[in-house]
Amino acid sequence: MTLLARTPRVAVIVFPGTWSERDFAHVAEAVLGWEARLVWHTDDLGAPDAVVLPGGFAHGDHLRTGAIARFSPVMRAVEAFAAAGGPVIGSCNGFQVLTEAGMLPGALLRNDHLEFRCDWQPLRIERPASARAWLGDLADGEVILLPISHGEGRYVADEATLDALEREGRVVLRYADEAGRVSPEANPNGSERGIAGIVNERGNVLGLMPHPERAAEPEVGGTDGLRLFRSLERWLLEQPAVAERPLSSG
Amino acid sequence: MRWLAEVHVALRSGIADPEGQTIGSALRSLGYPTVSEVRSGKLMRIAFEAPDHGAAEAAVDEMCRRLLANPVMETASWELRADEQQDAEAANP
Repeated sequence: MTLLARTPRVAVIVFPGTWSERDFAHVAEAVLGWEARLVWHTDDLGAPDAVVLPGGFAHGDHLRTGAIARFSPVMRAVEAFAAAGGPVIGSCNGFQVLTEAGMLPGALLRNDHLEFRCDWQPLRIERPASARAWLGDLADGEVILLPISHGEGRYVADEATLDALEREGRVVLRYADEAGRVSPEANPNGSERGIAGIVNERGNVLGLMPHPERAAEPEVGGTDGLRLFRSLERWLLEQPAVAERPLSSG
Repeated sequence: MRWLAEVHVALRSGIADPEGQTIGSALRSLGYPTVSEVRSGKLMRIAFEAPDHGAAEAAVDEMCRRLLANPVMETASWELRADEQQDAEAANP
């Protein structure tokens, strides 16, 4: 018995000021037929198969993006879920929350040109096996197209951290042109080394500035984002611990 | 007793500060050609209660480390003083 006996369940965290939670829930429920539960930041996390930290402006982005969301009560449960190996994805503001919470290294600062950037962005996939729960269906070197929508997406970390991330294969998405070339011209925000997405050491926590939930139906211009969800679905099927978890919890 | 802390948060040197650069170029275009660098930051004035100076210092230091500055890209410095006016008002309402 290895197959997931039921549909995957995702918890989508909602802070005051989050704005992408309904898009994630729409993809999970209407496109994929999963169960999605919106979890207010002071509520119980329950027992999901995966946790989504969506985009937006949690707590108004005051002080620093993600700085106050990090202290929201639900984050203790999200940290425990991740520490137990549970898959967590933070997109855009969710990525900012993950760095502030120390669940991923580095920080995200104001775009180098000071403008908000909303566009379709080619991204080069690297070392997808490092983030198998989220990128298992994608190939090393492949270029996908996802929307970006942010004013503070410039990834920074000290040189030693950047070197370690690359050495360990934990840079999994870089801003690129359509041919997959990483260059200053293809970099929409001045991120160090063109970094658009990274994973934690264990590979279960993915943070990325782009919005996979906004590229899951052909009607909106692309479906590459759906491949992250499909990767997760396949990964969950392979996890006996998850499959055997009782249905009544949560 | 009541204390007032002024906390200054700045980007670490070496971290690009596009906001400061933009302010600097605005100043130069306004007729201040000698402006060579502007670094932007945040100023927070915090009023709070603590029994003595040592406890107040420890509290501000902890506030900076836990919330006010992110050591990945920022540094914090602060000045602390007793809010004597407030204490006098409290003594003679």
